[in-house]
Amino acid sequence: MLGALVLAMVWLVANVQSNLERQNINSGFGFLSERAGFGINQTLIEYSEDSNFGRVLMVGLFNTLLVSVLGIGFATFLGFVLGVARLSRNWLINKTAMVYVEIFRNVPLLLQIMFWYFGVLRNLPTPRQAVSIGETMFLSNRGIVLPAIEAGVAAWWYGAALAISVSAYFWLGRRARVARLNDGLVLPVWRPLAMLTVVVFGGAALMAGMPFSLDVPALKGFNFRGGITIVPEFVALLLALSLYTAAFIAEIVRAGIKSVSKGQREAAAALGLPDNTALRLVVIPQALRVIIPPLTSQYLNLTKNSSLAVAIAYPDIVSVFAGTTLTQVGQAVEIIFITMMIYLSLSLLTSFAMNRYNARIALVGQNT
Amino acid sequence: MQIKRLAFMSVLSLVLALPPLAAKAAGSTLEVVKKRGFLQCGVSQGLPGFSNPDDKGNWTGIDVDLCKAVAAAVFGDAKKVKFTPLSAKERFTAIQSGEVDIIARNTTWSMHRDTALGVDFRAVNYYDGQGFMVRSDLGVTSTTELDGATLCTNQGTTTELNAADYFRAQNMQYEIVAFEKADEAVAAYNSGRCDAYTTDHSALYAQRLKLTDPKAHIVLPEIISKEPLGPAVRQGDNNWGDIVAWVHYATVAAEELGVTSENIAAMGNSQNPSVRRLLGKDGTFGDNLGIPDDWALQAVKQVGNYGEIFERNVGINTPLGIKRGLNALWTDGGLQYAPPIR
Repeated sequence: MLGALVLAMVWLVANVQSNLERQNINSGFGFLSERAGFGINQTLIEYSEDSNFGRVLMVGLFNTLLVSVLGIGFATFLGFVLGVARLSRNWLINKTAMVYVEIFRNVPLLLQIMFWYFGVLRNLPTPRQAVSIGETMFLSNRGIVLPAIEAGVAAWWYGAALAISVSAYFWLGRRARVARLNDGLVLPVWRPLAMLTVVVFGGAALMAGMPFSLDVPALKGFNFRGGITIVPEFVALLLALSLYTAAFIAEIVRAGIKSVSKGQREAAAALGLPDNTALRLVVIPQALRVIIPPLTSQYLNLTKNSSLAVAIAYPDIVSVFAGTTLTQVGQAVEIIFITMMIYLSLSLLTSFAMNRYNARIALVGQNT
Repeated sequence: MQIKRLAFMSVLSLVLALPPLAAKAAGSTLEVVKKRGFLQCGVSQGLPGFSNPDDKGNWTGIDVDLCKAVAAAVFGDAKKVKFTPLSAKERFTAIQSGEVDIIARNTTWSMHRDTALGVDFRAVNYYDGQGFMVRSDLGVTSTTELDGATLCTNQGTTTELNAADYFRAQNMQYEIVAFEKADEAVAAYNSGRCDAYTTDHSALYAQRLKLTDPKAHIVLPEIISKEPLGPAVRQGDNNWGDIVAWVHYATVAAEELGVTSENIAAMGNSQNPSVRRLLGKDGTFGDNLGIPDDWALQAVKQVGNYGEIFERNVGINTPLGIKRGLNALWTDGGLQYAPPIR
């Protein structure tokens, strides 16, 4: 069976090659080193019109990753909140969550994206009449403009201080947890961490002074110059993706929590644990076993749905690479193949990470 | 059971391993079109003046008229044509794969497209250039004042590249927002997301009609690039390319000779040798192409000569109101010039 499949693939590739040659259409991956010649309005890495198409691919990939990772974060948080709200005994909270889930689950995502972009965007003021917060942050239909923090060379002291604080947090936390589980001792975490942070940042301040300056945006001509601009395309896409996926995650969380047997809650109550603590320490850890697999699916869906960015001109990988680059270069087969491989890799990576996590939280000593 | 499986596997592998000769033994495009009975024409998704459907689904426009003329030349009936709306991204894949026979989609003839995409451009039916449109209340009168502006445009067109080059040459900053569909780009410009909308000059006039308040927008005078728009056919089928090119040249020649769709019956009695050759009364030019000898007569009679096509779709009496300009005949100072039909 595998042999037949391999032969089919070989035949397919050979067929495509010969057809492309016969029609005098360029093929191969050499186009990746050609000059792109067009601009992109959101780039997380260095990019100019002189960059090559390989760079365009990277810019698109980072934009996709940015919206996917942030979307997954927001959707998970909101999804969990909504899922728990759905099980609340308070009638208002319960029904509000239900209405939310029903609306956002059933309206197609493309329409939601269009709504946020065209529906909301239309009502924002032009840059010349932008809403300003403290004369440093501006909201207009060109996006949210925030002041940028410019770090001088000496800022690496602060970076080092931050790294030390973060690793101390993890180290102290692990030490405390191990001590609690093995010896029943309660080791302090927050106080030593606070003291360490103060000392470390104080030391950095001593060594480096204040190498930060604020790059405040100012209205010059048509748009704001300086500062960081968060384009409305990004905001609309992120909002739509998060709210849409959160509705699905809410139902998954609700199912997971309901799957924990009632006896667990009764036992927790018998032990005198308040509702919230019981939820956090008893119910959710067991519910996670049921939640994680479908949650992985939702994460994959969100990543793939981010390709709808092309409808509102957000420069993700489909928009700049499988869109603009494809039309400029003309080699549809190679470009679509690369894009497919990238989405496949992202999905496999996410699945792999979630499966590792799933294995870690599985109940020890059970076959599930 | 094992033997059956083995037999099935070996037959499958043999079939799949056949050399890709089976790929294309299809006939020439003309044969395919004649067999199908109608011409499959790739057009835009709605650009007034060039290819635009009305509320009953009838297509009109300069590009539409070119396809109708080709259908009239091949079949003797300008109605034997079906239109496929294509986005800028799909247009070349559609013609490469054979989904359409010709794309008449206000496509710029450029060297890269002519050489690397497996398509051929044989004629220019509209000489155009790229321009910018802004709101009148911005107080901008020239493209040199657009430093720092946000531009809305269509994705993956020569427009994006030209705008980048122009702003660079002028040392100006810009931000570009590129949409896949022209309609989305216009909607975003309309809602104020961008300061300027940029595309071919003719398309600017056309799209301005779709804005909520066309009078509040002005088209800036500068033309920053050459955009010769013309039909494209697949490379490798010279006969089909000849047919498409000469149908266009026949409409231009008809205007040069004063032949219109109205006087064509009277012109049939003309003794002018050029007119006689054009209308197929002398010579076997149609035969050389594989189409009826009255190909040009049918095309001009059912669709009109180039001047009529221009005036009907984008001329000064239409909502677009575009002057002949570069698209006038060479005798009037324009660029439309037909090689002799002899």
